[in-house]
Amino acid sequence: MPAPDLHCQNLSKVYDGVVAVDDISFEVPAGSFFSILGPSGCGKTTIMRMIAGFQEPTSGDIKIKGQSVLNVPPNQRPVNMVFQHLALFPMMNISDNIGYGLRRRGMGKARIKLKVEETLERMGLPGIEHRQVSELSGGQKQRVAIARCMVLEPSVLLLDEPLGALDLKLRDQMKVELKALQASFDTTFLYITHDQSEALVMSDAIVVMNKGRFEQVGTAEDLYHNPQTTFVAGFVGESNQWLGTITRHEGESVQLDTSSMSIRALASGGNLHQGAKAKVFVRPEAIRISKDAQDLAGSDNKLSGKVKQILFNGAASRLLVSPDQGGDIIEVNMPQAGVLSKWKPGDSAHVGWSADQGVAFVDTSN
Amino acid sequence: MNTRRQLGFYLLLAPLVLWLLLLIVIPHINLAMLSLQERVGVREYETSLANYMTFVEEPLYLTIFARTAIMSVLATILTLLIGFPVAYYIAKLARGRLRSVLFLLCLVPFWVSELVRTFGWMILLRETGVVSSFLQWTGIVSGPVELLYNDAAIMVGLVYTSMLFMVVPLVTTLDTLDDSVIEAGYDLGGKTSSILREIVIPHAMPGIVSGCIVVFMLSLGNYLTPIMLGGKDSLWFTELIYSQFIVRFNWELGAAFGFLLLFLSSVIVWVTLRLSGQTLEKTMG
Repeated sequence: MPAPDLHCQNLSKVYDGVVAVDDISFEVPAGSFFSILGPSGCGKTTIMRMIAGFQEPTSGDIKIKGQSVLNVPPNQRPVNMVFQHLALFPMMNISDNIGYGLRRRGMGKARIKLKVEETLERMGLPGIEHRQVSELSGGQKQRVAIARCMVLEPSVLLLDEPLGALDLKLRDQMKVELKALQASFDTTFLYITHDQSEALVMSDAIVVMNKGRFEQVGTAEDLYHNPQTTFVAGFVGESNQWLGTITRHEGESVQLDTSSMSIRALASGGNLHQGAKAKVFVRPEAIRISKDAQDLAGSDNKLSGKVKQILFNGAASRLLVSPDQGGDIIEVNMPQAGVLSKWKPGDSAHVGWSADQGVAFVDTSN
Repeated sequence: MNTRRQLGFYLLLAPLVLWLLLLIVIPHINLAMLSLQERVGVREYETSLANYMTFVEEPLYLTIFARTAIMSVLATILTLLIGFPVAYYIAKLARGRLRSVLFLLCLVPFWVSELVRTFGWMILLRETGVVSSFLQWTGIVSGPVELLYNDAAIMVGLVYTSMLFMVVPLVTTLDTLDDSVIEAGYDLGGKTSSILREIVIPHAMPGIVSGCIVVFMLSLGNYLTPIMLGGKDSLWFTELIYSQFIVRFNWELGAAFGFLLLFLSSVIVWVTLRLSGQTLEKTMG
């Protein structure tokens, strides 16, 4: 079995006594799109800078294609980085920007010109060689920054939240393009972001990171449907959350009492026990809503309330339901079909979901 | 309302206009007229280019003129070579407190007048001075050495006097260079030398040019440093102007010399801008 393109072993970084990255190990197989997803300050940028060579790990090893790169300076590592603010060279035109790395390798002028043209063609930007950086649009700059790295054929391309500066529409478009580019160049991408939709859409595998540690590694579906920790359940996707005390625990299922209601859900992990404080997460799309209580007869969890507000957002529209017995507002996906879609604020509503749509975790928030 | 606002505008503008008019425009017009007058008898003057002809015909004047220009260019280059690493360290490598302390250290010499600063150098460099005494004490030289009154002493003084005016514009432009651009240079395989050549220096060019222009002007127009550190043989052009005005009372020739110096500095600044591909707006704005 060939060595993975990137292998981090027990990587740690401590700054002035503060642990930024805490004993992290992971492997990125060749040709995959791997994302590190986490809130700002979780240590993901530090990992990337250690791989690029701008920071020394306090302990642990980084291997690229099986070779340790710990004592290799950044300009000799077979990785290239797309910076957060792209860091294009404003003093050079586009072809000089892209040709910069090739010039450093001592390639002849004619060959550089050819390779630059070829790369721009592949990136869908033919004929912009002689433009200045300031004349390009945000999306074009993005692609030039990637082209500047890809022309060097790195083993691993590091991307540090490169889409952050783009507007929403362009960001959605670039997500698809990046994924396509990665497939066509067949290069390993390591992508770090705090934006879950970027990670979920593009990645073959994602790790969720929090406070210097990895919470969970898996595919997008895995993270979304089978979160393993409280943090992942709360961070990936949107959820209704209830905090309460466990009153019954039988095998896989638990019963949890909040101040206003009793909820049945699935148990996650073995450390749940009767009397423990726990949090239940239920996705808005898992909750059914109806004007008629009969429709929800089969649901394990049921309650009635009033529609407080409608958050219209096309297919992703939500209803905010305020339960009659009090407690937190419940967010429910708006049904898209027929008369049911004609909801108005103040309408009486019945909501319900089955026990296996909710996941309970031991509450670690305090 | 409108007229009142206009009045306010003109009142605010007045000091600037007065300053320019009274201290710069009028004296220069006066000097220009003066330089074109030739004394033909007691209190009798004729308009002619005789003063400028005197300059062209006298080899000593031409020599001093060229020497002043070359020494000033040399002083500017030296200041740039010493100032650039200093500015780079302050702008890019020093952090927090160290940064302000270093910047302050560059500024401290300017808290005392140029005269006192130059005297400081004289105390160090004269025959009975600190450096000479130290060299005798260590036994490297047997008798007192005179380090003053030569071109090297002038050069040291000029570089020292102008250092701040080079460091400030350089720090300002280097500050605007994003660190990640330098990192990207390394990431894509660049060495320190190629990053300096292709990224840092092109970015700092407006600062380099504006610093060079200021330092060159200051050196060319400096009077005190060349006279005190170079002595009687310093042969600086400003000294020539001074002696025409004050010693010889030949204001006409002095005025002509003044205009020649103005012309010289303008030409050299223009050539520098052309060679570096910069414009005055870009470097001074």
